[in-house]
Amino acid sequence: MTKLRYERPVIKKLETGMPNKFGTRTEYQPLTHIDGVAVAKLIKDYGSPLFVISEKTIRTTIRKAKKAFETRYPRVQFAWSYKTNYLNAVCSIFHQEGSWAEVVSGFEYDKAISLGVDGKKIIFNGPEKSTEDLTKAISNDSLIHIDHLDELYSITDLATELKKRPRVAIRVNMDTGIYPMWDRFGFNYENGQAWDAINKIMHSGKMELVGLHCHIGTFMLSPFAYGIAATKLAELALSVEQKFKHELKYIDLGGGFASKNTLKGSYLPGSDTNPTFDDFAEAISSALLNSNFKQDKLPLLILETGRAMIDEAGYLLGSVISNKRSSTGRRNTILDIGVNILFTSFWYDHKITPAQPFTQYAEDTCVYGPLCMNIDVIRESTSLPLLNRGDQVVIHNVGAYNMTQWMQFIALRPHVVLIDTEEKPHVIRLRETLDNMNSMEKVPGHLHKFNL
Amino acid sequence: MKLNKNVAVSESGLLFNPVTGESFSVNPIGIEILNLIRDEKPEEEIAEAIMAKYNTDKPTFEKDYQDFIGILSHNNLVESHEKTKA
Ligand SMILES: Cc1ncc(COP(=O)(O)O)c(C=O)c1O
Repeated sequence: MTKLRYERPVIKKLETGMPNKFGTRTEYQPLTHIDGVAVAKLIKDYGSPLFVISEKTIRTTIRKAKKAFETRYPRVQFAWSYKTNYLNAVCSIFHQEGSWAEVVSGFEYDKAISLGVDGKKIIFNGPEKSTEDLTKAISNDSLIHIDHLDELYSITDLATELKKRPRVAIRVNMDTGIYPMWDRFGFNYENGQAWDAINKIMHSGKMELVGLHCHIGTFMLSPFAYGIAATKLAELALSVEQKFKHELKYIDLGGGFASKNTLKGSYLPGSDTNPTFDDFAEAISSALLNSNFKQDKLPLLILETGRAMIDEAGYLLGSVISNKRSSTGRRNTILDIGVNILFTSFWYDHKITPAQPFTQYAEDTCVYGPLCMNIDVIRESTSLPLLNRGDQVVIHNVGAYNMTQWMQFIALRPHVVLIDTEEKPHVIRLRETLDNMNSMEKVPGHLHKFNL
Repeated sequence: MKLNKNVAVSESGLLFNPVTGESFSVNPIGIEILNLIRDEKPEEEIAEAIMAKYNTDKPTFEKDYQDFIGILSHNNLVESHEKTKA
């Protein structure tokens, strides 16, 4: 047997703000077309910068995820995490693919209803649900995931008032070996809070406890942690069955699977190393199948996967404004893309590729945006070919969170274009206009005039 | 040699120290070694495992191993083995 090439073991502390010494890779293959449509044409027709979403990629990704779970576990349901990307067209693709809606606010709840989602297929998460929100959710028979005791008591009161039996689950937080532990939301498993909340619900008799929920973190790189979470929720569900002779209908493991992005300072690109849907599915399914549920009593497995479902389908196209050298000789490239529309550049080393061919020469470059602020850095250090002013670039894996967390700051937010599976582009969100912005403002009468 | 018990190592090469909140990136062979340490394998056995799989010799590996352990203990990721000599 030939032995593998030896490399000495290295461990490197990740420092935020430090250039990544492993950042120079040949990641600058040009991307000239997205789903058959030329990047140059997209920018010519819709302007720069421009968000582009691939419907084809969304559909292949959700199908891949479903397949990974459905081949291992008999009953699986995905719910689209609205906060990840709640553009109506995007939500509708997921609903066409069979996903329910997972919402965390009254606004998101109303959005799902306005899109025509059946109230019974809306999961209502989050710590802030107003009386009005809860009334709506109870009337529509939605799945309400209780976050804290105050909410539990509000729902108990509303159930009496509305003469309804709300369908509820509790959000459970727990130690899965992951740091930091997300214990701000829901009821803790280890200290008995969760069991206590369950008993309160069961003894009140006012609600139907239908499931258990957790969301153990985001951009999780350890499938193992999900195995622990699934085991703990299964144990709770079985305790409920034993004590109250009541079967829970589902276990909801939330979201959190890592997408193919690369965390800042990682040793290797996320596309090569992050766990796949199959890895997560294996850990979760094994944990549930190995627990003590009888074969015909396995609960429905709900997943609220967000970023891993859509990151890869999103691209941000932009143009080079200028090239500079810093006082220390470093190459700086300014794009027309600021961190206000690419929020995730604070966490990821987003892959940036040119949209046109180039020579083989490359230079280590700091890429920043037009916001006139020091924090406006898209990449601290990446290897890019010798781009000229006006050249176009494509930033990859931007589908999650950017189109919900973006900020209107000093300029207007750009168009979002969806390329359908027939390779036809559609504007799915219009670029903002000055009129849009002004229409929300009011100027008191005494400020109407000034002389300069 | 013992890995501190809360230290989380992911297959993809990320290591978290919950005590300090620090993160590290580790190359694949480093991960293998960390997993062997976690399983409480003695240095001798770790060296054998690595030498069986990779093209290296004992002096080279020992030097690199000590260097690696040095960095681990500098960052408080392992419990020092000195103190448990009973
Ligand atoms: C309750 C809940 N479910 C699902 C998600 C989606 O998470 P992710 O995008 O990490 O998959 C989130 C995100 O924070 C969440 O809070």
